[in-house]
Amino acid sequence: MNHWIILPILLPALVAPMLVLAVRHDVVLARIFSVASTVLLLALAVGLLVTASAGEPQVYALGHWPPPFGIVLVLDRLSALMLLLTALLALWVLLFAIDGADVRGRHFHALFQLQLMGINGAFLTGDLFNLFVFFEVLLIASYGLMVHGGGAARLRAGVQYVAVNLVGSSLFLIAVGLIYGVTGTLNMADLAAKVPMVPPGDQALLQTGALLLLLVFAVKAALVPVQFWLPGTYALAPAPVAALFAIMTKVGAYAILRVHGLIFGEGMGEAAHLVQDWLLPAALVTLATGMTGVLAARSLGQMVSFAVIGSMGTVMIPVALYTHQTLAAGLYYLVHSTLAAGALFLLVGLVAERRSGLGDRLVVAPAFAQSGLIAAFFFLAALAMAGLPPLSGFVGKLLILDAVRDGEAAAWIWTCILVTSFLAIIGFARGGSTLFWKSAAQEGRLGMEQGADSGALSFVAVGGLLAGLLLWTALAGQVTPYLEATAGQLLDRGGYVDTVLETPGKVIEEKGHGAH
Amino acid sequence: MSLALIVLLPFLGALLPGLLIRSGRNACATATASVTVLALALLLVHTPAVLRGEVVQAGWDWLPGLGLNANFFLDGLGLLFAGLILGIGLLIIIYARFYLSEKDPMGLFYTYLLLFQGAMVGVVLSDNILLLLVFWELTSLSSFLLIGYWRHLPAGRQGARMALVVTGGGGLAMIAGMLLLGQMAGSYDLSVILERGEQIQASPLYLPTLLLILVGCFTKSAQFPFHFWLPHAMAAPTPVSAYLHSATMVKAGIFLLARLWPVLAGTDVWFYLVATTGLFTMVLAAGIALFKDDLKGLLAYSTVSHLGLVTFLFGLGSPMAAAAGVFHIINHATFKAALFMSAGIVDHETGTRHIPRLGGLMHLMPVTATLAMVAAASMAGIPPFNGFISKEMMLEQAAHTPWAGLPWLVPAAATLGAVFSVAYALRYAVHVFWGPPRADYPRRPHDPAAGFWLPPAVLVALVVIIGLFPEQTAGPLVRAAADAVTGGALPDLHLYLWHGLTPALGMSVVALLGGAALLWRYGDAWARWRAGPHPEAKTMYDAAMARLVAASQYIIHTLHNGALQRYLAVMLASAVVLGYAAFSGAAHLPGTRETLEIFPVAGVLWLLMAGGCWLAVAHHRQRLLAVVAVSVVGLMVSIGFLYLSAPDLALTQISVEVVTTVLMLLALYFLPKRTPEESSGARRVRDGVLAVLAGVGVGGLCWAVLTRDFSTISGYYLDQAVPGGGGANVVNVILVDFRGFDTFGEIIVLGIAALAIYALLEGALRGPAAAHLAAWKGDMPRAADRHPIMMVVATRVMLPLALLVGVYILLRGHNMPGGGFIAGLVVSIALIMQYMASGFQWAARRMAVDYDALIGLGVLVAGATGVAAMVGGYPFLTSAHDYVHLPWVGEVELASAMVFDVGVFLTVVGAVMLALAQVSRLGLVASHEPANEGPMDFDPSTPARTARRDPS
Repeated sequence: MNHWIILPILLPALVAPMLVLAVRHDVVLARIFSVASTVLLLALAVGLLVTASAGEPQVYALGHWPPPFGIVLVLDRLSALMLLLTALLALWVLLFAIDGADVRGRHFHALFQLQLMGINGAFLTGDLFNLFVFFEVLLIASYGLMVHGGGAARLRAGVQYVAVNLVGSSLFLIAVGLIYGVTGTLNMADLAAKVPMVPPGDQALLQTGALLLLLVFAVKAALVPVQFWLPGTYALAPAPVAALFAIMTKVGAYAILRVHGLIFGEGMGEAAHLVQDWLLPAALVTLATGMTGVLAARSLGQMVSFAVIGSMGTVMIPVALYTHQTLAAGLYYLVHSTLAAGALFLLVGLVAERRSGLGDRLVVAPAFAQSGLIAAFFFLAALAMAGLPPLSGFVGKLLILDAVRDGEAAAWIWTCILVTSFLAIIGFARGGSTLFWKSAAQEGRLGMEQGADSGALSFVAVGGLLAGLLLWTALAGQVTPYLEATAGQLLDRGGYVDTVLETPGKVIEEKGHGAH
Repeated sequence: MSLALIVLLPFLGALLPGLLIRSGRNACATATASVTVLALALLLVHTPAVLRGEVVQAGWDWLPGLGLNANFFLDGLGLLFAGLILGIGLLIIIYARFYLSEKDPMGLFYTYLLLFQGAMVGVVLSDNILLLLVFWELTSLSSFLLIGYWRHLPAGRQGARMALVVTGGGGLAMIAGMLLLGQMAGSYDLSVILERGEQIQASPLYLPTLLLILVGCFTKSAQFPFHFWLPHAMAAPTPVSAYLHSATMVKAGIFLLARLWPVLAGTDVWFYLVATTGLFTMVLAAGIALFKDDLKGLLAYSTVSHLGLVTFLFGLGSPMAAAAGVFHIINHATFKAALFMSAGIVDHETGTRHIPRLGGLMHLMPVTATLAMVAAASMAGIPPFNGFISKEMMLEQAAHTPWAGLPWLVPAAATLGAVFSVAYALRYAVHVFWGPPRADYPRRPHDPAAGFWLPPAVLVALVVIIGLFPEQTAGPLVRAAADAVTGGALPDLHLYLWHGLTPALGMSVVALLGGAALLWRYGDAWARWRAGPHPEAKTMYDAAMARLVAASQYIIHTLHNGALQRYLAVMLASAVVLGYAAFSGAAHLPGTRETLEIFPVAGVLWLLMAGGCWLAVAHHRQRLLAVVAVSVVGLMVSIGFLYLSAPDLALTQISVEVVTTVLMLLALYFLPKRTPEESSGARRVRDGVLAVLAGVGVGGLCWAVLTRDFSTISGYYLDQAVPGGGGANVVNVILVDFRGFDTFGEIIVLGIAALAIYALLEGALRGPAAAHLAAWKGDMPRAADRHPIMMVVATRVMLPLALLVGVYILLRGHNMPGGGFIAGLVVSIALIMQYMASGFQWAARRMAVDYDALIGLGVLVAGATGVAAMVGGYPFLTSAHDYVHLPWVGEVELASAMVFDVGVFLTVVGAVMLALAQVSRLGLVASHEPANEGPMDFDPSTPARTARRDPS
C-alpha cells in the first residue's frame, strides 16, 4: 500500500496540533513550520502527480479494512491534479500571509494547515460520508480563517457564510441518508456498482438524494441560485484567506465531477444523466450572474468575487456536459481560474491596505503607494480572468468553446460565454480605470491602512501566481495530454470501480479471549 | 525561425525602454528604435524571396489538440503590412522622442508601443487563425493602454475604455467566427483555409461565420455603425494616433478582409454587406470630417472614410478592386501618418489644434506647412501624388458597379465621397496654413527641430515618389500583396499615374471642382450642417453604458441584498423544488416493512417532542425559551435512541445536549434576549410555507426510508467487530476502527471550532468590541448569591465521581456503551460545573490546564495511533488488539483503538473547555466585578472572612 497517498492529509493534520501545542506564542517559529509544511506538501503533490500519471487509480484502505467496509482514499489523475493545484496556491498565499496578515488574529497557521487538510481530504476520499467529514473540516476551518482579524462587517458575513453552509451540511446528511437507504453503502465505487441495480420502486428516493447532493455541492461551488453567500464572504475575508478560498469553490466542482460523474453518470441505469438537465442551465445562469456582478460591483473585492462566480459557471458548463473533450477543457479552465482568482484576491488586499479609509471601494481617490506595479499586476490578472489573450483564460475559453460545439446547446453556450466575457471586459476596465487611472488626476496621496506592512514578499506572492498563469498558458500543449488522460480516467467508471473494490484488506484471525 | 523572431522581437524588446529610461530619454528612444530596426532588417532579409512569390513559413506547436499553433508565414500581404508596421513604427519612435514632454513617462510609452508593434506584426504574420485572434485582442489591449497613456485626462480614459469595449467586443464575435471558420475548413491554419474557399461558401455556417468575422473587422476598422470609437481615441498622444489610428491598427480589420478574401469574398452577401458598409462609411465620415474643427478630429473622420474606401474595394469582390485596395492601403498609410504627425507638430508648436484658431502658419513654419500640404493634396487625390492614383482606381471600379440593379448609385456615392474628401483635405491645408499670420496663437509657432519633422518628411517623400513612379516603386509590392489577397487570380496589374481619359478621371475632376466649391462656400455649408441633426455617438454610448451598469447594479444588488433570511429561503426553496422534481420524476413504491406498534410511552415522547418543536417556533423571539424548547427536543431524541436500543447514541446525544445548552445559555447572556420583529406578514407566510414544505418533505423521505428493508454493509461490521476490531460494542468499533478516519476528522472539526471560537472572542476582548463590552450593562436580574454554597458543595463532591465515571466510560467503551467522545463530554460537564459553582477565575486558578494544548495533544495522540500502524507497514489507523493476563485483574484486552479513543477524549475536553473559558473571560470583562477570592459566597470554614455579596 502506497503510504504517500495519505500524507497530504496527515501532514497538515499533524503539523497543526504541533503549531497549537508548541509554537503558538512564537510567530516566527509558526511561520517556519507552516511554510515548511506547505513546501513539503507541494513536493508530495508533485510526487503523487507523477505516481498518478502512471495510470490506474491507487487505493489506500484506511485501517486496512477492505472496501467497501472501511474508508478508502483514491489517488487518480484528477485528485493528484487538485492536490497539486491546492499546494501551489497555498504556498503563494502563505507567503503573502506571513508578510503581516497572519498576526492580526490568533491561530492563523493552525487553521490554515487544517484548511489544507480538509481540502486535500475532500480531493482524496473515495467515501461519500468521509467526504462529508472533510466538508465539515474545511467549512469550520474556513470560517475560522474568514473571521481572522475580526471587524463588524466581516463577522456579519461570517455568520451568513457559516449559516448557509451548515444548512448545506444538513442537506448533505439527508441526501447521504437517502442514498444509503436504498443502496446500503457509502463507498463511491460500491455506490457506482450498486446504483444501476437499484430497483425501479426505489428510484424516486435515490434520485431525490442525488439531486439534493447536487444542491449541496452547488452551494460549495456557488452556483445560482445558491451563490448568495459568496460575494459577501470572499469580499470581506482577509486577502490571503479569500485567495485560498479560490480553491474552495473548486471543491464543489470537484465533488460534482467525482460523485455525480461516477455514481450518476453514463450507464447508471435510470439515474444516469440525472443532473445534466439542471446543471447546464444553472452553469449558464451562474456565468451570466457572475459577470453581470463584475459590472455592478462597488468594490474591487466584490468585483473579483463575482468574477469567481462567473468562472465557476464557466467551469461547470463542461462538467455538465461530461464528455471526454469538455472535461479536459473544463479542467484546464478550472486550474486557470483558481490561479487567476488567487492572484486577484491578493491584489485586492494590496490595494485595500494602501487606501487608508477607503479600502478597496471603487471610488475616485488620490494615488497610493506602488500603484504602478499593482496596476500592472491587476491588468494581467484581470486579462486572465476576463479570458482575453494571451493568458490562459483565453486558451481555456477557446478549449471550452471548441469542446461544446457539437452539443445541442452549443449556440446558447457560445453566446453566453462570449457575451459575459464582454461584460467582464467592461467591468474590469471600469474598475481598473477608477482605481489606477483616475487617481492620477487627483491631488495628494493616500496613506497606508494602520498596521499594514505588506512588503516585497506580498508582491512575490502575486507575481508567483501570475507566473503560474503564464506557465499554464505557455505549456498548454504539454498539459493537455495529462488533462485528456484525466478525462479518460473519469469516464472509465468500470476501471475505477474494479480497482477500488478489488483492493484487499486485512486478514482476520480469531484470537482467543475469555472475558466475553 | 527568424520569421517568428520578427514577431517576438518587439515583445522581448518591450522591457528595454522601461529599464533604459533610467539612462535618459535618448538612450530609451534609441533602444526602442534599435528593436524595430532589427525586426525590420529581419523582414528585409525575407523580402526578395517573397517578391519572387515564395511563402516563408515557421512555427512550432503550442496547443496541437485544439489546433492552436504558433505558426507564422510571410507572403506578399504579410510583407506589405509588416513593412508598414515596422517602417512607420520606426518613424513614430523617432517622432515621439521629440513629441513627448519631460513630464511624460517615456519608458512606459515605448514599452506600450513595442507591445502594440509586436501584437500587430503578429496579426499580419500569423498562419493560424486562433493565433491571429490572440494577437488581434492584444492589439486592442495595447491600444487601450496607449490611448489611456495620459491617464489624468478624462477624455483619454474614456476613449481608451470605449476603444477597448468596441474593438475588444468585436474581437469576441470574431472568436466565434474563427472557430466556425476552422470547423468548416477542417483546420485553423490559414494556408489550409485559403484553399477551401468553395467548401466554406457552400456550408450552411458560411453566413453566421461571415457575420461574426465582419463584426470583428468592422469594429476594428471603425466601419459604420462601429466607427464612433476612433475619433474618441484621438485623445491619445499624437504619435499613437498617427501609428495606431491611421497607419496600422485600424487597418487590421481591413487586413483580415484581405486575408480571408479568397475564402469569404465573391458572394452576394459579401458584396452587399462589405461594399455597402464601406461605401456608406466612406461618404458619411468624409462629410463629418469636413465640419470637424479639431485637427485630429478631422483626420480621424477622414481615416474612417478612407478605411471605408478600402473596405468598399474589397467588398466589390473583383481581383482588380482588391488590388486597388491594397495599393490604397500603402498610400493612405503614408499620407495619413504624415498628416497626423504634422498636426502633432502644429499642436505642439502653437499650443492648439482647433482649426478656427489657426491659419497663416505657412509663413511661420514653412517646412511643416509644405509637408502637410503635399500630404493633404495626396489625400484629396490631386495628381501627381500617390493618393490620386489609388483613388482613381477606386473610382474606376465604382464606375461600373451596379447596386441592386441601379447602375448610377455606386458611382454617384463614390463621387460624393470624393467631393467631401477633397473639401476637407483642402480645408486642412487652407484653413491652417494659408492666409495671413495671426497674432493670437497660444504659443509663438516656428518650425521644430529637424528630428521632429524628418519622420513626416520621409513619408511625404514617399508620397511624391510613389506618385511619380508607381510602377517602379510600389509595383512589385502591390502585385505580390494583391496576388496573395486574390489567391493568384490577379490579372495583369500595372500602376500608372496617367490612366487616360476614363470615366474615373471625369469623376475626379468633378470631385476636385465640387470640393473646391464646397470649401469656397464653407460658411454656408457649415450653417446647413449646424442646422441638421447631430447624433452624438459618445452621448449614446455613454448612456448605453450607464444603462447597462445601472441595470446590472439593479439586478445584482437587489438580489444580493445581504439578508441571510432571503439566502436561506432561496436555498430551501431550491431544495424543495429539486427534491420534488426528482421524486415525482421517478418511480416510487411504498415500503413494505411492517410498522411497530405505538406504545403509550413512545406516544407521549412523540407528543413531547412535537410540543418542544412547537414551543420553539411559537416563542422563537424569546431566545432563552427557544433554547430550552430545543433542548427538550434533544432530550426526547436521546430517549428515542434509547428506546430504539442505541445506548451509545443516547449517551452521546444527552451529553452533547447538556454541553451545548450550557454554552448557548452563556453566550445568550451577552445578546438581546428577544429577537425583534422585522419580517412583514407576507414574508412570514412565505417562510412558513417554505418551512412546512421542507419539513413535510424531509419527514416523508424519512418515512419512506424507514418503512423499507434494504441490504447494507452493516452486516459486515456486526460480524467483524469482535474478531477484526477486538470490541464487542459495534458502534464504538465503527467509530474508532472501521470508520476511525471519520472520527479523526470529526475531532479535528471540534478542535478547529474551539480554536475559531477562541480566536473570534479574542478579537472581542480587544479593539472596538472590547470597549463595547466594558460599557455593557446586564439586562437580566441577577441572583443575590453568586456562588451558592449548596451548589459548590454538591459539585465538589460530584467531581471525583464524575471523573471516575468518565474514565470508566472511556475504558469500557470498546466493549460496552461509552467511548472517548462521551467520556470527554462527561468530564467536561463535571468541570463546567466547577466553573459555574465557584466562578471562572477561582476555578481557572485551580485548574491550570492549557486547553489549546489539550486539543493539540488529543489530535496528536489520535494521529500517532494511526501513524504507529504505518510504521509497522500497515495503513493509517490499522488497529491491533490482544489479550493479556494481569495478576488479580484477570484477562484484559488491550486495543490500539483505545489509545485512539484517549486522543478523542482529550480533544473533546480541550475543545469544550476552551470554548467555555473564552466565553467566561467575556463575562469577566462585562461583569465589572472583581473575581471572588473564596469558592463560595459564604464559606463556613473561615467565619472570619465575610464574602462579598452582590449589591443587587
